Amino acid sequence: MSYGFATIYWRDMIRFVRFKTLLVSSLLQPALWLAFFGIAMSSSFDSLMAGMPVLPGVHTVGYLTFMGAGIIAMTTLFTSLFGGIVILFDKNWGLMREILASPMNRNHIIFGIGLSGVTKSFIQAIIIMVFGILIGTAFFSGFTAVQVIIGVVGILAFVGMFALGFLFLSAAIAISMESPEGLQGVTTLLTMPIFFASNALYPTDSFPEILKIISVYNPMTLLITGIRYFAIGPDFIALGKYYQYTPADILMSYLGLVVFTALMFVLAWWRFKKAVVT
Amino acid sequence: MGGQEQSSDPAIIRVENLEHSYGNFKAVDGISFSVKKGEIFSFLGPNGAGKSTAINVLITLLALQKGKASVAGYDVTRDPQKVRESIGIVFQDITLDRDMTVREILEFHGRLYNMPREERNKRIDELLLLVQLEAKRNERTKNLSGGMKRRLEIARGLMTRPKVLFLDEPTIGLDPQTRMRMWEYIKGVNNEGTTIFLTTHYMDEADQLSDRISIIDQGKIVISGTSWELKNTLGRDLIYLETNNNEAAIRLLKDLPSVRDVKTKTKGFVLMVNEDGTKVLPIVIDTLRNAGIDSLTINLKKPSMDDVFIFYTGKDLRDEPTGKAAFLTMRPGGR
Repeated sequence: MSYGFATIYWRDMIRFVRFKTLLVSSLLQPALWLAFFGIAMSSSFDSLMAGMPVLPGVHTVGYLTFMGAGIIAMTTLFTSLFGGIVILFDKNWGLMREILASPMNRNHIIFGIGLSGVTKSFIQAIIIMVFGILIGTAFFSGFTAVQVIIGVVGILAFVGMFALGFLFLSAAIAISMESPEGLQGVTTLLTMPIFFASNALYPTDSFPEILKIISVYNPMTLLITGIRYFAIGPDFIALGKYYQYTPADILMSYLGLVVFTALMFVLAWWRFKKAVVT
Repeated sequence: MGGQEQSSDPAIIRVENLEHSYGNFKAVDGISFSVKKGEIFSFLGPNGAGKSTAINVLITLLALQKGKASVAGYDVTRDPQKVRESIGIVFQDITLDRDMTVREILEFHGRLYNMPREERNKRIDELLLLVQLEAKRNERTKNLSGGMKRRLEIARGLMTRPKVLFLDEPTIGLDPQTRMRMWEYIKGVNNEGTTIFLTTHYMDEADQLSDRISIIDQGKIVISGTSWELKNTLGRDLIYLETNNNEAAIRLLKDLPSVRDVKTKTKGFVLMVNEDGTKVLPIVIDTLRNAGIDSLTINLKKPSMDDVFIFYTGKDLRDEPTGKAAFLTMRPGGR
């Protein structure tokens, strides 16, 4: 029974590749965010920052580079939170019954969907990185080849753990819901605070105290911290603020994501155990 | 009468006092039955009778609430995994992923049940031949006809060589020709040794396909037996009469030695007779004439499954495919 998740993964990837519109739009969407929102925002922010003093010896990055990390995180968040919808469709179209009536352990459904979601997020993250560099994001600038490889692997490790956590959450919601509209409502409700109470688009320093506390423990912030560390470097200036990360900070961020993902798995496991689909 | 299992035969499905409720609604209300190894057993009942609920408990999709049930020798509560490994299922509505190919549907199923690759591929080839979908092997299921989809689902249900194949309304929504072809496939599968548990609301399906039938209505089994036994409970023949004084006619005729029972209908009544109806009919007519009662309409026929069904459930079936009015139609609750 130990390869059940591979079966679920295999089927979900078949669907991903065959739904041409879904495939194309999911690959195009992050690039469009970066192209339109990124360029528009960075041109105005960068002109505002033009007169700011520059710290000698520390490299200053433009807004596009700063928010590029945020776009990777945002895309991962959206894709993952929405990733559980296949479970809802399977449930509503009766396809889930075949799986639930089989001897396969239900945890494999959760893991299979999680892994296929992670794969999709990896593809998207790589597209954003490549496209971002093409339009002027200063990712990996001044890195050696080895550092670039470490950077990419580090980013994917963060993206993968984060995606897995939100896919588990999404799966837990989807198996408990009756309609796609319901899932959409809940995910939209979750997206707002997670996305905006994070350091995706702006520094969190000047947040009100409560929002600041939320943002520190927000998995989104943990992810973005990791991405910036691996894509830009341990210290840089952006939006006039000096950022500095130690390897210990990064390790703590990653452990935070691991804890979050583990909690979400428990939630999904509990919902699936209780699920009755007839 | 039929229904009591012949104890020498080992039962592959055994259900005792099964009850299942949704809130206050008792969908299954204390049913007991058993299915013998190698037979085709049908649950015949109207929509909402509790057939699907009962089947869902047996295939472990619904937790058993009250009573006992075992499939292939395994208790559904204690050994659900073993039950799952022993059965194949064809669900009521089509449950095929539209964007997967015929072969992928079978491969997915085999992998779900952890079949080794070689065995899986061999089985896929066998089954595609059996259900005549060899030519459609790489076709996506959305491009298949309704009958092909059903055949594919039957093939999927057989993928793991189950001991029992559950078919929930297998021919719902199919045209008459395709239905008859499906019956041939189902009989073929049964002949290979697979026990079949079938639910249906089609009289002809239950009648022609099953070795034994349980009629289920409002969560209860009202009668069980072979098709022949069930029809026999209504007598050997049915005589329908309309007269100018039905009440007097019924009083006279119900005491005739060959008349087993009388059922009133909207305009006339039905005599259920124990002897050859062609012999009884002249006596009936003479009796009425001697009493000065005029017969307006007379009809004679053998009891059909429709008559049995309507007699025991008091219902006509909405989705009855032929649409012909059943002979024994009477008011609900009449018996």
